[in-house]
Amino acid sequence: MPEPLDQVLHLIFDEYQEQLLEKWVESQLHSDGFRSYLVQEDELREQCSSFVTLFVNCFSKKNHPDMTSDAWAPMAALLTDIAKRRTNQGFTPSETATFVFSLKRPLFHLIKEQSQADAKVTERLWEISLVLDTLGLFTTEVYLATREEVITRQREEMFELSCPVVQLWDGVLGLPIIGTLDSKRTQLVMESLLETLSSTQSEITIIDITGVPVVDTLTAQHLIRTVSAAQLMGARCIISGIRPQIAQTMVHLGVSLGDVVTKSTMAAAIKYAFEFQGLEVNPINK
Amino acid sequence: MERIPILHVGTLLLVTIQVDMHDRLATNLQEDLTHRLSETHAKGVLIDISALDIVDSYIARIVGNIAQTSRILDAHTVLVGMRPPVAMTLVEMGVTLEGVSTALNIDKGMLLLNKIINK
Amino acid sequence: MLNSEYVPIKMEEDLLLVRKCVRQLASSVGFGVLDMTRLMTAAVELGRNTLIHGKGGHMRAVIVVKDKAKGIRLDFEDAGPGIPDLDLALTDGYTSKDGMGLGLSGAKRLVNEFTVIPVTPRGVRIIAISWLDE
Repeated sequence: MPEPLDQVLHLIFDEYQEQLLEKWVESQLHSDGFRSYLVQEDELREQCSSFVTLFVNCFSKKNHPDMTSDAWAPMAALLTDIAKRRTNQGFTPSETATFVFSLKRPLFHLIKEQSQADAKVTERLWEISLVLDTLGLFTTEVYLATREEVITRQREEMFELSCPVVQLWDGVLGLPIIGTLDSKRTQLVMESLLETLSSTQSEITIIDITGVPVVDTLTAQHLIRTVSAAQLMGARCIISGIRPQIAQTMVHLGVSLGDVVTKSTMAAAIKYAFEFQGLEVNPINK
Repeated sequence: MERIPILHVGTLLLVTIQVDMHDRLATNLQEDLTHRLSETHAKGVLIDISALDIVDSYIARIVGNIAQTSRILDAHTVLVGMRPPVAMTLVEMGVTLEGVSTALNIDKGMLLLNKIINK
Repeated sequence: MLNSEYVPIKMEEDLLLVRKCVRQLASSVGFGVLDMTRLMTAAVELGRNTLIHGKGGHMRAVIVVKDKAKGIRLDFEDAGPGIPDLDLALTDGYTSKDGMGLGLSGAKRLVNEFTVIPVTPRGVRIIAISWLDE
């Protein structure tokens, strides 16, 4: 025998579905947090309508919904789509989750109207539910923010690891750069390069950019500045490993490396460095 | 009046700036160096600025002037020991030291001067 | 605003005070060596501008806080003839006296914010702010 609440639910789903949808859409459109510039009313209405239809379907089939059952698969697909869209549209995690939570108010309202339950009790239940939702959303936000911090830190650490300044020879330093060079990172790497150059009193540094996919104007500017600064300090920088595609892109973008000495490969750069120091590499004659 | 000492070593004049530079001090240095160059017929000037934590456009200009004047008096100027942040700042400001050779330290500066002079 | 310094700029030696004062503030805020060098250099360039073109004036340096960011604001004021053509004065290589022509334009590049305000009846006020990178 169905519980009294289930009877009410079925009544609402059968008779008041339109009204429920309408109230839900209205409440979202007029809520404080709604940002009309992020999502169009048409899109919202369509999402709500799909959600309510699927929701009612699932509930009608089973009185105690098992969320892991296949019956909920279409719902999961719909929510995946909505969540992805909203992430790209710039909604916060809370705002995205609130899309689902906000159905509770019109639904509770209808249940209250249609059932004989104590109005005060339902009112109180609603309030408690609201507070718990807000708290739950808060923890999610904090969790996500913390994770983002962790990701940012890891990325920074990885970048530092990927740009070690190595001593190639007495007085010759090498800086192999791997990965995309953004402006701030480049600046940090270049700063540490100049410091190492100063502390080791190395006369030549080879900056190898074989592992760099793109060199834009700003990156090139940082490279040139570093080379100029090294020159003021009394040292020299050579840039090696400019791949043909990068050279073409640079010309296309109008990026110039000025008077900087460039070599196509690290090997050519090392040869240049040796010549500069008056060294020569010869095979051993036995 | 406060002046920066100029040492005469072999065929070189050696200047180690150990005090906070200000404009008049820099101007005096330029004058003194010019006099000592014509007195001693030195072939090279070595200026060590490793103690300077900033070099502004005025001091940079004086260094440029010293290099130019010494060229006219048949000598070469090498600037040594510029600190990394100072070099970065000068580059960002757009200051270029045309005609000034540089080296990492006094040793390397002397080697460079000897190489230029004996060429 | 937490801390503020006032330095009169009447003669060349005052530029040393400008530098010292900016260094102290920058180090108390936590500026790294490179940022400190940039700010001190900018301060000396602007101080020299106040002294030579402005015929003397003063600098006020304060620590500023916006949201979570900390920075230093340098405020130079003189009662000199002012700057007739600001665009020209900020052009690389332009000099009205005998300098490199990189004083103002160079200082501008070394800070995050740079504002020039004419003072009535005469003089000029230059405000430069440098923010600390977190």
